[in-house]
Amino acid sequence: MEIQKSPLLQTENKFQPWVRPTEKPYIRIEGITKKFGDFVAVRNVSLNIYRGELFALLGGSGCGKTTLLRMLAGFEKPTEGRIFIDDVNMAEIPPYERPTNMMFQSYALFPHMTVEDNVAFGLKQDKVPPKQIRERVAEMLSLVKMTPLAKRKPHQLSGGQRQRVALARSLAKLPKLLLLDEPLGALDKKLREATQFEIMNIQDRLGITFIVVTHDQEEAMTLATRIGVMDQGQIVQTGTPAEIYEFPHNKFVADFIGSANMFEGRIVEDEPDHVTIAAPDMAKKIYIDHGISSAPGAQVWTAIRPEKIRLTKLPGNGSPPEYNYAEGVVKGVAYMGNLSIYLVKLDSGKEIRVTMTNETRAAESPIQWEDRVAVTWRSNSAVPLLS
Amino acid sequence: MLAAVHRLPGAPLLSSILGRLGFSQRAIVVAVPYLWLIAFFAVPFVIVLKISFAESIIARPPFTPLFGEHGIDLRTKSYSYLFHDALYLRAYIHSGKVALISTLLCLLLGYPMAYGMARARSTLRTALLMLVILPFWTSFLIRVYAWIGILKNNGVINNILIWLGIIHEPIGMMNTDFAVYIGIVYNYLPFMILPLYANLEKMDVSLLEAAFDLGCRPLKAFFVITVPLSLPGIIAGCMLVFIPAVGEYVIPELLGGPNSLMIGRVLVNEFFENHDWPVASAVAIAVLLLLVVPLMIFQHYQNKQAGSAA
Repeated sequence: MEIQKSPLLQTENKFQPWVRPTEKPYIRIEGITKKFGDFVAVRNVSLNIYRGELFALLGGSGCGKTTLLRMLAGFEKPTEGRIFIDDVNMAEIPPYERPTNMMFQSYALFPHMTVEDNVAFGLKQDKVPPKQIRERVAEMLSLVKMTPLAKRKPHQLSGGQRQRVALARSLAKLPKLLLLDEPLGALDKKLREATQFEIMNIQDRLGITFIVVTHDQEEAMTLATRIGVMDQGQIVQTGTPAEIYEFPHNKFVADFIGSANMFEGRIVEDEPDHVTIAAPDMAKKIYIDHGISSAPGAQVWTAIRPEKIRLTKLPGNGSPPEYNYAEGVVKGVAYMGNLSIYLVKLDSGKEIRVTMTNETRAAESPIQWEDRVAVTWRSNSAVPLLS
Repeated sequence: MLAAVHRLPGAPLLSSILGRLGFSQRAIVVAVPYLWLIAFFAVPFVIVLKISFAESIIARPPFTPLFGEHGIDLRTKSYSYLFHDALYLRAYIHSGKVALISTLLCLLLGYPMAYGMARARSTLRTALLMLVILPFWTSFLIRVYAWIGILKNNGVINNILIWLGIIHEPIGMMNTDFAVYIGIVYNYLPFMILPLYANLEKMDVSLLEAAFDLGCRPLKAFFVITVPLSLPGIIAGCMLVFIPAVGEYVIPELLGGPNSLMIGRVLVNEFFENHDWPVASAVAIAVLLLLVVPLMIFQHYQNKQAGSAA
């Protein structure tokens, strides 16, 4: 089964080195497996990452994303497989000789050194002349807006300030590859959003290749050029944030990235330009406007995002559509300001989530508890899941 | 802590009486260690201080009374005596030297041991910690005597070396400074290891990874990251070894030769052989001043640092 690419995903002159077959990957991860005793932390992962990318490894805790990052940094040795950075095999290269730098989740700032000395540490190890060190440190500190606090010790800084020092320290050597382990995990929401854009700016200016590990899908979506979704040690899907969100390959991805309503069903027709699916929870068949080349009668799951569903109050005028239709009762309404979340119990008993923007300024939503509603969506809204 | 006080028999009654007298429970709890220190440190210290300002006489007690017939009778003869006889100065210097070298040896031996323990698997760690503490379960004296059995001319080491044919005459190890060093290092090593271990065990290993990541080789990372961060442990361990080692009496008495003239032995000699209590007291006070003054300066400096860190 293969999903046909939507035209939306092939826009030219954007930064998309992975769509050009002639482009050589900068980081090649080939069949990496890591076992700790009997536990397989990373299972046969292969990945190509291109120069200048900001690649996010996204997954829940224990999915192996940090282990993969630590193997890139050289703190863990792969049980199987090879890693190439700029065509150099990293197998026998210890962390202190790798062209990578890492920003640690705990920041790992040296507590007995000032901000300045922390940032200068890596450069000193390379025996860079003192004058150059001073210049580079000053440059890095101004990049992260920490110049006024250069003489402070880490314990005199706030969480956000420490995070910026850690970023400056890992950037100071201008590594070929920068690894960030949950870089924004310890920050509050406002600060996190501000720093996300700061990181993107810095990445843009320095042109360094970044790999970010995160469990926060929002963070991955805003930061990354591409996302690799990990589950149980494997990469289950790789793609741009839009691809991952709009065309999840399987139930795990659909559920992990954003939220999705899932319908189990059987394929009725599968043509190049459309597919119809009979789902017991729906009153009418599901219609999707592209083929998935599978056998008719096959079991398949369909995912539909809450914001892609429309609710209309019943009884409405006109007859119900031929496809993508169900009826149900509103069992809950949550007003969020910009949008409202509705919990709808379909006639089959299945509960689904629907979000609708609050287009008008009404004290009360037009759809209320216990209202009987029609549930519909367009033919290009739902997505069939391959597994 | 309050709960512990309450569990003592009769404590509720006592605390209610004290409470009615205007003492808060907090004051009562704080008072316990203070009373202990006053009764068992401050009072004896004042007595010794008093004796040190007297002169030796043949009487009972063998020194001049402080409150004589003509008012307060302060005599500083025993202190000036300390400077007149080179024996005391030599003893002080020798004690300091032995304590300093022993402390350094303890640090050199103890640091790798503490480091190894702190980096060992957590299941192994408890066992290693037990092994360090285990010797304390036998008497200190027995352990020192055991070293006599090991070091003497027909002791374990010499017998084995002769049996192996490496030497033909026994090596004279007993009654030397060498034996004193062995005794002190052996007995005080746990006092070095334990604070170091407590410090190293807390250390964030990701700091070392960060150092490697930034291009620092493991050996250098040890000296620029691990050692500076373990400085409080090093200082605590050194204090715990150096201070008792300066005043050590039993080990030089049993293992050392007539030349290992340490201040503890001088003090015992003055008390029990010369019966010169005032000079003995002056010797003791002088040791205390020599040890306490640097310690207080250090403490003051550390508090200031802690204050600026907070």
